[in-house]
Amino acid sequence: MSGHDHDHHHHGHDHSELTETELRVRALETVLTEKGYVVPAALDVLIETYEKKVGPRNGARVVAKAWVDSTYRARLLKDATPAIGEIGYAGRQGEHIVALENTPKRHNMVVCTLCSCYPWPVLGLPPVWYKSAPYRSRAVADPRGVLADFGVRLPKDTDIRVWDSTAEIRYLVIPMRPAGTDGWSEEKLADLVTRDSMIGTGLAKRPEDLK
Amino acid sequence: MNGGQDLGGTDGHGPVQPEPNEPVFHAEWEKRAFAITLAMGMPGGWNIDMSRFARENRPPGEYLAMSYYQIWFAALEHMTKERGLVADDEIAAGRSLRPPKPVKRVLSPADVAETLHRGGPTERETNTKAIFKPGDAVRAKNINPPTHTRLPRYVRGRIGTIERVIGCHVFPDSNAQGAGENPQWLYTVRFDSRELWGDDGDPSVAVSIDAWEPYLVPA
Repeated sequence: MSGHDHDHHHHGHDHSELTETELRVRALETVLTEKGYVVPAALDVLIETYEKKVGPRNGARVVAKAWVDSTYRARLLKDATPAIGEIGYAGRQGEHIVALENTPKRHNMVVCTLCSCYPWPVLGLPPVWYKSAPYRSRAVADPRGVLADFGVRLPKDTDIRVWDSTAEIRYLVIPMRPAGTDGWSEEKLADLVTRDSMIGTGLAKRPEDLK
Repeated sequence: MNGGQDLGGTDGHGPVQPEPNEPVFHAEWEKRAFAITLAMGMPGGWNIDMSRFARENRPPGEYLAMSYYQIWFAALEHMTKERGLVADDEIAAGRSLRPPKPVKRVLSPADVAETLHRGGPTERETNTKAIFKPGDAVRAKNINPPTHTRLPRYVRGRIGTIERVIGCHVFPDSNAQGAGENPQWLYTVRFDSRELWGDDGDPSVAVSIDAWEPYLVPA
């Protein structure tokens, strides 16, 4: 997409729009760097952090620990921020985290109708669909319809609770532990915990899904 | 503001389209726009509520047509220009044409990890008492400020139940305008789907928002 020059002629509407954005981003970065407001190496560290280090694998470890350790689960549900901090995850966009436990009776689903609030330290940066109008508009009005878009059908007698993240509280869903996983290690259980299952738009994988 | 960002309950956007094996970023410029936005918070001197307002404060058609990082970047350009840190002619030229303005702090590579780990907690100490307690019935006010607010339209005028007293938190409606943090009690308020959507609501669904005390009145 970038890294090559853009002096060639534009081809087509979409491409020229993208190129315009690319050029403006590059120009602003150059100006801000020349003025000493940003240090490009710091930008590289920020990008690397969210591309390589912080992502849904973090949240999966939290969930797996909660599945095997009932005292940890109790701490997590009581006050998630320090409980998640115990495993080393904390900070920006996760300063105040609340964990929500899914049960056969209640399914939790998280949205930010006003922007894109998302628990970065445990899930990383949000996927495009989470920030997009289809999800933000319908999650609060028709969550069963949204779940159907994800191929998820819940029993009729499972209540749905939608959490609209309108403040600085960030929500992490603890999906139900799949059957047939007795005696599994935390590491192996974490492989079952998908990003979507921690947003509430999916369920944890079943053991047979790993094959 | 009643802008394009306030999407809850609006129609016509089509189905949610998850992208299998989605990458964290979809283009090189997205990475840079994201990182510059985070890094500029320090020298820029703005707060998260100002950033959110800068993102949403545009014609709704424009808001809905832009990708999320395009919105972020447009807000970043606006805020840097508004504070006189850069000018249009400099962006057009792709280089600095004037000496920099003095700024408080610049984010160095060595500071990134600690800065992210510290984050920006919004809970504040208070000597006021929360007016509401769990179980109280409350009505979301019908407010329509042209400025930043975090009370979505779909709950305004609706009756809900206080589920949790969260704590005293920075009030975005003030903070976004540079009028100070003005911390207020924050609550989780649960609404039945039928209260929000009438007979079209699914009775097995409840929706909650986190609402600051000034958004609520006893019901």
